[in-house]
Amino acid sequence: MMRLALILMMLAGPAAAVQPDEVLPDPVMEARAREISRDLRCLVCRNESIDESNAELARDLRLLVRERLVEGDSNTEVLEFVVARYGEYVLLRPMATGSTLLLWIAGPVMLLAGLGTAALYLRRRRGGDQAPVDALTEAERARLDEILKG
Amino acid sequence: MIAELGHFALTLALAVALVQTVMPLIGAWKGWPGWMAVADPAATTQFLLVGFAFAALTHAFVTSDFSVALVVSNSHTLKPMIYKISGVWGNHEGSLLLWVLILALFGACASWFGGNLPPTLKARVIAVQGSIGVAFLMFMLFTSNPFDRMPLPPMDGQDLNPLLQDPGLAFHPPFLYLGYVGLSMAFSFAVAALIEGRVDAAWGRWVRPWTLAAWVFLTIGIALGSWWAYYELGWGGFWFWDPVENASFMPWLIAAALLHSAIVVEKREALKSWTILLAILAFGFSLIGTFIVRSGIITSVHAFANDPERGVFILLIFAFFVGGALMLYAMRAGVMEAKGVFSTFSRESALVLNNVLLAVSAFVVFIGTIWPLVAEMLWDRKLSVGPPFFDAAFTPFVVALAMLLPLGASLPWKRAELGKAMRPLWGALALSVAGGALTFAVQTGQSALGPVGLALGLWVVLGAASDLWLRCGRGSIGQRLGRLTRLPRADWGKAVAHGGLGITIFAVAALTAWQVEDIRVVKPGDSFEVAGYDITLQGVREVQGPNYRSTMAEMRVRDGSRNFTLFPEKRIYPVAGMPTTEAAIDYGFLRDVYLVLGDPQADGGWAVRSYIKPFANWLWGGCIIMALGGFISLSDRRYRIAAGSRKAPQGVPAE
Repeated sequence: MMRLALILMMLAGPAAAVQPDEVLPDPVMEARAREISRDLRCLVCRNESIDESNAELARDLRLLVRERLVEGDSNTEVLEFVVARYGEYVLLRPMATGSTLLLWIAGPVMLLAGLGTAALYLRRRRGGDQAPVDALTEAERARLDEILKG
Repeated sequence: MIAELGHFALTLALAVALVQTVMPLIGAWKGWPGWMAVADPAATTQFLLVGFAFAALTHAFVTSDFSVALVVSNSHTLKPMIYKISGVWGNHEGSLLLWVLILALFGACASWFGGNLPPTLKARVIAVQGSIGVAFLMFMLFTSNPFDRMPLPPMDGQDLNPLLQDPGLAFHPPFLYLGYVGLSMAFSFAVAALIEGRVDAAWGRWVRPWTLAAWVFLTIGIALGSWWAYYELGWGGFWFWDPVENASFMPWLIAAALLHSAIVVEKREALKSWTILLAILAFGFSLIGTFIVRSGIITSVHAFANDPERGVFILLIFAFFVGGALMLYAMRAGVMEAKGVFSTFSRESALVLNNVLLAVSAFVVFIGTIWPLVAEMLWDRKLSVGPPFFDAAFTPFVVALAMLLPLGASLPWKRAELGKAMRPLWGALALSVAGGALTFAVQTGQSALGPVGLALGLWVVLGAASDLWLRCGRGSIGQRLGRLTRLPRADWGKAVAHGGLGITIFAVAALTAWQVEDIRVVKPGDSFEVAGYDITLQGVREVQGPNYRSTMAEMRVRDGSRNFTLFPEKRIYPVAGMPTTEAAIDYGFLRDVYLVLGDPQADGGWAVRSYIKPFANWLWGGCIIMALGGFISLSDRRYRIAAGSRKAPQGVPAE
């Protein structure tokens, strides 16, 4: 229970996330900082980005991100800088390299496999496609039209 | 004393569950009616015994009996009564008891309302349900007894986690469990059918209402949890792709697939073995959810982080039931001969596509959830899979589903023609695309998410309306309106649920794309402007609550002609030693004004966070409409009257 309490404490401390004194004067750059922050994990929290977290470490990281941006780094460069320091664990959007590529292509591959299986199944089920289930003779069709009009 | 009686009742329930498992199975195998008939009284008795144990635990919480260890660690004398009661399931042991209670309830329901099932199938369903009860009662009695006593009872308890002291969260777990455990019925039906070696239209008709009910409860439970996160966690997020959220979302997706494929079994006697597999998987995902929450293997904000012994036990239960069922499936699935034939372009095919998309999307969520574990075990890579991944990997499936839904839902069974099926939908399509384009033009320079969401949502809602209109046949508008009221409730349920999905899709996109956020320091008496709203911080004061202290701000908001005052708070619960943020929200039809009070600043000001959240209520409104659609469909005449007629129609009921 204590651990749960601790975990939840990190989650919803008294004040949430980005503090007023962190916000950059340039709104475009601030928006970029927020975007990057959402991709970075707060390392001492459970599944929270630094954008949402109240932990001290998250604040330090947010300030670091803004510092790098002010110094002229691109978004990718900032991310690379943080990863070099903290490891890929910090990325909430795992890099599509090496074994992690499997994670990224798993969805599309499964979809193709699913569609393929479904297509095979549908072809097999079509057996009665030519069966006279709803083939009407001309006379029947005329009669049907008559009924429907009436 | 009452606690001991509760414990004793649980032990008896285990014995009864054993009888409920073994005797009906043997009876059905040997064809002994007397042994099969044991299922009914056993299911009812098991439910009553577990119900008594639950009442005993509730009694301990309500009377604050601090000689029971569970009450000490989760309750407090000062806590309001409703949270004393919700404290019963706000912890591992108690929630497990609720789980087992609902499990026994569903078993008893199969006995009470299953009068028209073939006797062997009924006996087997109740027996399988009983066997799940055996596993979980053993789990509870051996590793997590809720009735453990304290040798030295303290004077007062340690209080329930303050975040859980909330009306939204008080009812979130029961609904979620009704959903999770409701899927056990689909599982029991599937396994019973595999043992029988027979699946027909009647089976589809029996299994569907249980799945539908479970899905409806899951929908409500997930919506409640998401709503709670929205107003309680202090920044208005509504979905975090947290492992435990995913654990409830995966069974929801599979259940949605299952209740669609069960229609095909019921109406067309096709997709039988796939439907059985889905039923097994749906409950399998429920068990995985239970495992994730209680084993502590995947860290999550919700986890009842606990000792690994429990995790191993649940893993064994999971392996036994899902492994066993899949083995049985491998042996017997071949028997399920499909009957109905249909053309490649037909409602059957549309439902197959629906199933592929839903199942693969559940798979994507699953693989994302367990990937950190897999990567660490296989390649020793410590990495995170968070919301950015899920947003990117899951959203395409939603878009594809929404695009195909209106067309697929309006196709006739057996064979369809694209041109004919699209004819009534062109108007809806044009209107939605125009709506999206217009929004895109108006909101210049923002992401395409909002307009795309609007177009998709409109398309799904209008498609549902057009489908309903089409079902009224031909004739004058008056005649058609007359028929509209007499349509089967299943048609209404379908249209309403699909419409709800469209609304939710739109709301998620709108809320994500158009929310306005403002973070600043405000001194008491100062005003500021956010997206056309004038907000004034009138003052901040200390307030004493029943079991907390609060720092409460008074903020006036001017919205054109309308004025209102909001009171965002920061609370400290001294017993649990925990601070919480209480956002103040003005709920509106088109937008929420969401204010959060932050920390005091050195210059005497306060950090204040203001959000304007467009269409926030539509998100949960859409979920509620989806659930409502499920309820309407459940009340359809064929479940009330025709359910279980043994001579299931061989042909196809004219649709």
